[in-house]
Amino acid sequence: MSQDHSLNPETMPQDPSKATMEGKHKHLGLWIFLGGETVLFACLFGTYLALRNSTAGGPSSQDLFGLELVFLMTILLLTSSLTSVYAIYHMKNNDFKKMQLWFGITALLGIAFLAFEIYEFAHYIHDYGFTFRSSAFGSAFYALVGFHGGHVAFGLGWLITLMVRNAKRGLSLYNAPKYNTFGLYWHFIDVVWVFIFTVVYLMGMVS
Amino acid sequence: MSTATTQKRGFGAVLWDYLTTVDHKKVGILYLIGGGFFFLLGGLEALIIRIQLITPENDFISAGLYNEMITMHGTTMIFLAATPLLFGLMNYVMPLQIGARDVAFPFLNSLGFWLFFSGGILLNLSWFTGAPDAGWTNYAPLSLQSPGHGVDFYVMGLQLSGAGTLMSGINFLVTIVTMRAPGMTYMRMPLFTWTTFVTSILTLFAFPALTVGLFLMMFDRMFGTAFFDVALGGNSVIWQHLFWIFGHPEVYILILPAFGIFSEIIPTFAKKRLFGYTAMVFATFMIAFLGFMVWAHHMFTVGLGPVANSIFAIATMAIAVPTGIKIFNWLLTLWGGSITINSAMLWTLAFIPSFTIGGMTGVMLGSAVADYQYHDTYFVVAHFHYVIVGGVVFAILAAMHYWWPKMFGRILHEGLGKLAFWTFFIGFHLTFFIQHFLGLMGMPRRYWVFLENQGLDTGNLISTIGAFFMTFGIIVFLINIVYTAMKGEKAPADPWDARTLEWSIASPPAHYNFKQMPLVRGLDPLWIEKSEGNGKITPAEPLDEIHMPNSSILPLIMTIGFFIASYGFIYQVDHKAWLIAVYGGMAIAIGSMLIRSLKDDHGHHITKEELEREAD
Amino acid sequence: MKGWMGKSKALFLFTMLALFLAGCGKENLTALEPKGYGADKSMELILLTTIIMVGVFLVVMLIYVIALIRFRKKKGKEDFIPKQVEGNHKLETIWTVIPIILVLIISVPTVIATFDLADDTQASESISVEVTGNQYWWHFSYDGEEVVTSQDLYIPTGERVYLNMLSSDVIHSFWVPSISGKMDVNPENVNTMYLEAHEEGVYWGKCAELCGPSHSLMDFKVIAVSPEEYDQWVSDMQSVDPEAVPEDAVAQEGQELFEANSCVACHAIGSSPAATGPNLTNFGDRSTIAGILEPTKENLVDWIMDPESIKPGNKMTGAYPSISEEEADRIAEYLMQLKPSEITPESAGN
Repeated sequence: MSQDHSLNPETMPQDPSKATMEGKHKHLGLWIFLGGETVLFACLFGTYLALRNSTAGGPSSQDLFGLELVFLMTILLLTSSLTSVYAIYHMKNNDFKKMQLWFGITALLGIAFLAFEIYEFAHYIHDYGFTFRSSAFGSAFYALVGFHGGHVAFGLGWLITLMVRNAKRGLSLYNAPKYNTFGLYWHFIDVVWVFIFTVVYLMGMVS
Repeated sequence: MSTATTQKRGFGAVLWDYLTTVDHKKVGILYLIGGGFFFLLGGLEALIIRIQLITPENDFISAGLYNEMITMHGTTMIFLAATPLLFGLMNYVMPLQIGARDVAFPFLNSLGFWLFFSGGILLNLSWFTGAPDAGWTNYAPLSLQSPGHGVDFYVMGLQLSGAGTLMSGINFLVTIVTMRAPGMTYMRMPLFTWTTFVTSILTLFAFPALTVGLFLMMFDRMFGTAFFDVALGGNSVIWQHLFWIFGHPEVYILILPAFGIFSEIIPTFAKKRLFGYTAMVFATFMIAFLGFMVWAHHMFTVGLGPVANSIFAIATMAIAVPTGIKIFNWLLTLWGGSITINSAMLWTLAFIPSFTIGGMTGVMLGSAVADYQYHDTYFVVAHFHYVIVGGVVFAILAAMHYWWPKMFGRILHEGLGKLAFWTFFIGFHLTFFIQHFLGLMGMPRRYWVFLENQGLDTGNLISTIGAFFMTFGIIVFLINIVYTAMKGEKAPADPWDARTLEWSIASPPAHYNFKQMPLVRGLDPLWIEKSEGNGKITPAEPLDEIHMPNSSILPLIMTIGFFIASYGFIYQVDHKAWLIAVYGGMAIAIGSMLIRSLKDDHGHHITKEELEREAD
Repeated sequence: MKGWMGKSKALFLFTMLALFLAGCGKENLTALEPKGYGADKSMELILLTTIIMVGVFLVVMLIYVIALIRFRKKKGKEDFIPKQVEGNHKLETIWTVIPIILVLIISVPTVIATFDLADDTQASESISVEVTGNQYWWHFSYDGEEVVTSQDLYIPTGERVYLNMLSSDVIHSFWVPSISGKMDVNPENVNTMYLEAHEEGVYWGKCAELCGPSHSLMDFKVIAVSPEEYDQWVSDMQSVDPEAVPEDAVAQEGQELFEANSCVACHAIGSSPAATGPNLTNFGDRSTIAGILEPTKENLVDWIMDPESIKPGNKMTGAYPSISEEEADRIAEYLMQLKPSEITPESAGN
């Protein structure tokens, strides 16, 4: 058995991310991990729903939220999910350069999303004095949205490390599963955001 | 790499081997050592509690210390003793039972252990500056008011060890799904493997709730957020929900592997196939499923209203059905068998009546209006000790006697085993049976003192006497371990004439477990080969080189990083200089993560020649 | 409680009496001798479930014992290999269906009783009391009566008294085992329960949710008196003059000290709502001091001198300048004379 897992078009399996035992483990392991993450976010959502009207005289969701910014953030993150699909598509075609390119775009979109989120938080803090100490609503809001933001930041760190580490090596059966698991994770983050957009922002604007 | 060479190596080399190991068997042993250590610590705390309650209005320890004692006893026993002891057994036995050479993520496995262990150490370091004192359930707002850093240690310690447990859960799930030997279909898996699987699912879905709860608690205590702060609109009942959404499944995380252990031991010593295997698997899933639907039965008196109370009452009582199925299947496995009674079997046989009592009081507690009387009294204390000691601890001790020969190559001494069993068994019932009545007679739990003239003296005295018997039993068990290590009888591969795959290989197994992957022809594969074939498992592949993961010190270093960071994090509220520890610790942890991701690790191969050199 | 459960209850209690020479615990504390509506309801379910469960246990033990006796490995038949039975559908169905039926049998009365005890339709025409749980004492304020007291809750027998309970600090739990099951006292929401005592008596109450170091010392009493006595007690309490000066000189000095040492800042006499400390209007009639001590003057002096040694973590420690034993003695004299009503724990019969 060879230690060299790098690929050429002849040896290329159909799906390099799941061709090895390790690849299979990682793929399944990440799915299972996301199951746990779902419970994690469900608990945060539950807490938020229980506390979203407990403003203790401080700003409420109607006072704070503006849909334009959040809508833009949603577009950014959704698009980044799409670009990561392109990247995985190119991985399966063994086109490393294009894969890196599309993952690069994914990272840029993620960074833009995060920048807007930081701007959003700063806006609430400076213009409204709305912090996680203001009220139970404040605590729950920053916990839920901040936890998601933390996941985005972690994902970006992960992706950038992967891209830099493998920039000169090309695709192999060793690193393909790593890209693949990142892709799964990133979609999950995106799905969670859709829920945040609905439950926190849309419902917050209405009620 | 055989055991013979292991024994010749010096202490330093062995220590280094264990610190860097990614071998599931050694990680399993580490779990047993770690869990065993905390079990003794928790037991000592229990004994102090019982001494305090030996007479009315005793002042053996102060009220504050007493609350620390009960908190640490509960937390230690659940998170740091019972869970890791079971995870140790799962780690050791489950891969052997499915014919795997290791778990799916050996590196994570080792990291999981170290995180659990460092979490436990962190929590116990609080003894030097003031331990947590709000009960193991740590209800807000009492926990928010608790002075000093006790509760912060609780939060950070459990966060660390919880992360470790979650990793193990994911690891076991992937291992069971992808690494079963050829022919080992799901419905041929031993019950212990099944319960490991279901327990891992529970771990996966239950622990994140605790993570969130602890996270909110940490922010409320350290950064002044208002999740549980009524003045700012917070709600302390949220903590109770999060805690019990985790806490109730946790009970099943403990009891299901115990069920699995008994489902291995009973068929072995009754010489009979497990009765109603399919129903047993189904019942395991039913219990797990219902386990997530009943958390609010811990909250009947919170004021959730009659609708919620009724729903949760019925769901709770429904769990009796699959549990009953299990009890009767075990009885019918015994029925018609040829029963050998040794230490392992004694613990198992003692489990059936003891756990049945615990299960029955569980149904009684489920009846919401009756629970208005039981809730938070010694009745509840009696109930959960019948379940957790009579179920889980009995299972762990049974498993120790059963698998000890496989793990260490020696058989635990029978006489000492029986002495330990009888003293502990009698002590256990002495301690806890009377507590049912104490509770109904008006003694709430977590009482530092009970007053004179309230009719509670005799019961408490009996209970404390029982605790001394239990202590004696455990001491005898420890003596047995030392005696066996020095003079114990050497164990063959299959000392019990057992049925599952782990008994088909040497005791203790080689570090690659199976020289050739076994071919599994049915449930109880070894039994099949013994009764229908030549007693040897047919290999599923020709002898070839084996790919094994590399040892690594990184899990330990990463954990030390997290440990330092957590410690600093607790104290940074007092003085910002502690932030150095936070950043330093995180740098170590993230640094080792980076090394792990940047440095390729392809594992190593054991050549065919090496394998041939090692005789069977 | 009457009727179908009556006989089995007597039988059950008799068995327990035989088992425990001490009986079922202390009268008026134990849940095993219910003397109120809620406790009755709980007891019915406790008995029903116990009987069913003991039945199940006996069946399990019967099979277990027979199996162990009959199927031990026999001498001379060590090599015997039992038949490897896979299972038996009929048996498995039986032990699935029977437990389901048993669970249903328990469920129906459970649900009925749960709704029964949560019934608040009579709340508006009943006596209702605002209960506040505090570390480590209980505050009772009677709605619409301008009567405030602490530690000893007076109720009339034979009628429902609704309790609206809220905590001022951490979670407590209000439990009077002989009269009713417990209900948590939360800081964020008012929980309502009702008490209905069948007969007169001084019933022990306890806090059942860990609330700090003195959790085990947070006892209180429910004093059930006849409705006539209750009415008299209320009117006696209403006619208290908080400013009244005691007749004897020592007590007068005590009253001055009580005011000079800022005791009065926390402890109200009369129905003033101030409640940072227990209300002392009828202190001289209390069944205990600090919830746990015999109501003697010596104990009161000890308590005033050093409350920390009696109830660790209490909020009174350090809240006032240190005072001499002589001063404490005078304050005690004053407080022990606060007996506004003829209706005292003794009126409750035991």
